[in-house]
Amino acid sequence: MTRRGADAGDLAAGAFVLGLGGVAMWAASVIPTSPIYAQVGPKVVPYIVAAGLIGLGSLLVVAALRGGWSRDVPEVAEAGPKNPRALGWLGGGLLLNLLLIGPLGFSLSAAVQFVCTARAFGSRTPLRDAAIALAVSLGAFFLFVEALGVNIGAGVLEGAILRALGQEVM
Amino acid sequence: MDSLSGLALGFGNALSLANLAWALLGCFLGTAIGVLPGIGPALTIALLLPITFQVSATGAFILFCGVFYGAMYGGSTTSILLNTPGESGSIITALEGAKMARNGRAGPALATAAIGSFVAGMVGTLGIAFLGPVIVEWALVLGPAEYFSLMVLCFVTVSAVLGSSALRGMTSLFFGLMLGLVGIDLQTGQPRLTFGVPELLDGVNVVLVAVALFAVGEALHMAWHHHAGKIEVLPVGRLMLSRQDWKRSFWPWVRGAGLGFPFGVLPAGGTEMPTMLSYYAERKLAKPEHQKEFGTTGAIEGVAGPEAANNAAAAGILVPMLTLGLPTSATAAIMLSAFQSYGINPGPLLFTQQADLVWTLIASLFIANVMLVVLNLPLVGLWVRILKIPVPQLYGGILVFATIGTYGISNSVMDLVILYALGVVAMFMRRFDFPVAPVVIGMILGPMAEQALRQALTISQGDWTTFVTRPGSAMILALAALALAGPRIWAAAARRR
Repeated sequence: MTRRGADAGDLAAGAFVLGLGGVAMWAASVIPTSPIYAQVGPKVVPYIVAAGLIGLGSLLVVAALRGGWSRDVPEVAEAGPKNPRALGWLGGGLLLNLLLIGPLGFSLSAAVQFVCTARAFGSRTPLRDAAIALAVSLGAFFLFVEALGVNIGAGVLEGAILRALGQEVM
Repeated sequence: MDSLSGLALGFGNALSLANLAWALLGCFLGTAIGVLPGIGPALTIALLLPITFQVSATGAFILFCGVFYGAMYGGSTTSILLNTPGESGSIITALEGAKMARNGRAGPALATAAIGSFVAGMVGTLGIAFLGPVIVEWALVLGPAEYFSLMVLCFVTVSAVLGSSALRGMTSLFFGLMLGLVGIDLQTGQPRLTFGVPELLDGVNVVLVAVALFAVGEALHMAWHHHAGKIEVLPVGRLMLSRQDWKRSFWPWVRGAGLGFPFGVLPAGGTEMPTMLSYYAERKLAKPEHQKEFGTTGAIEGVAGPEAANNAAAAGILVPMLTLGLPTSATAAIMLSAFQSYGINPGPLLFTQQADLVWTLIASLFIANVMLVVLNLPLVGLWVRILKIPVPQLYGGILVFATIGTYGISNSVMDLVILYALGVVAMFMRRFDFPVAPVVIGMILGPMAEQALRQALTISQGDWTTFVTRPGSAMILALAALALAGPRIWAAAARRR
């Protein structure tokens, strides 16, 4: 077997796990000591889990330094070039949803997200997508509100529809 | 209660109009999401969890189990007609099924998959009905120490034995365990791992994690690797099985079901292993004149066997879930959290304290199987339509439901921030080949394991050796160690030879 260099991506993944373990260790150490007597306090298991993550992270780092695992995974090795533009559209849609869901309410905000998502996956018909999006998001809204009894505050659009139907706005 | 009177009681309840309606709805929904690539039973049940506030436990679980079984049936349709397996259990089905479809035999492939699923579902459900009470009898003597050891065994099998790498599987598991710790410690009331965020005091919601892993992460990953291209749905043709097809399918169905069920029951869970074994067995056992069809024109045995194994294993997964409260798949883990939201403790007492619920559920599984074979064969045209939903709008829709499923339970933008952050983590997990199912299982089973650990140590007055001095517990832990080390020793021994 030929010696292989470290795999930068895998190294980053290992380092992330190691960092996560470190954060967990710190978080476990700041858990207040319980005034209630307990044979096993609230800190024991968090310490075990944190130690586990640090151990696993170290092993992953070692594996990455020895050449990593990604190139042995067919799905990763054979994957085509990345598509940052599609990821950008999708990520942008999620961010817009975060910003708009408060002021506009669910349906409009989710519709914007739908159009961005469809665009990310190659749709070139934003107007048609918007129409489908509104139908889907309004459908989802009333399904969850009526059938599942989940109370999602009515936004601009939902409120207008409820008023038009002569119903009380939630 | 013995199995027969239990089933009688169960069928009495399950045949009520309301429960039949729940089963039908579940089967319909399950098949639809099974057919659709990019959405599976774990995500669907997670999104449906809010109905636990509205509907009785029996109705909700009939619905969930219909979704669970239906997704297995629907998954085979996608594997055969699109050659893109929706979940790990149907990878093998795609192998031969798609080849049959390409050679104009999609109809028989779909038919043998559906009937095989039916045979296996029946065998598996009978297995649940007769094996369940036996396991319960045995499980009632288990103390907290044994329970903790059982959960450790479950952790090891779902993360280290299944999947391509023990190291990455265990990492996923520990990430899940960490998520499970977040929130107020129930025993002492101390906040843990909340980082001062008040929203985290109640813990991280299961729905949120499931949606992040299975919807947001998946969508991000798919976008990152997206390439324009048309997907091609192969034509179905005639569904009828010829006399010869029946003859060639029958024994593979039976063998597949017999092989799959035990794999599902053992916490060695998972559907990959039994489907793979069934495939190799059928390829060996096929008549020489049919053997050459494997890998070329597509052999019907290679669809019938693995598809039966897949469904029987899926049914088997319900055995440890109902009798011990041990989930061995992400979907089972989410169903377990539904039990918790009803205040029902799954475990050996379920069969005695909730006998009505359990037996109605089991009877409904039989009914669901009959419904599914009807839904899948004559209505196959409908599912082909659903398959043709274009990818952009499909993912758009999935994310709409993902958003409402998480935002709806809390109306909190903070939850959406956590959802998307976990989604990005999930995207990188896909990229670096970390399995996601152990995260869900660790998150849901972790707190239960901690409780068992603390109870065991309280009983033993802080003596950690209790786990190895109690014979039952020691045996289970030895099994776990074997499951972890066994494959490595085996591989080393094989290399030496």
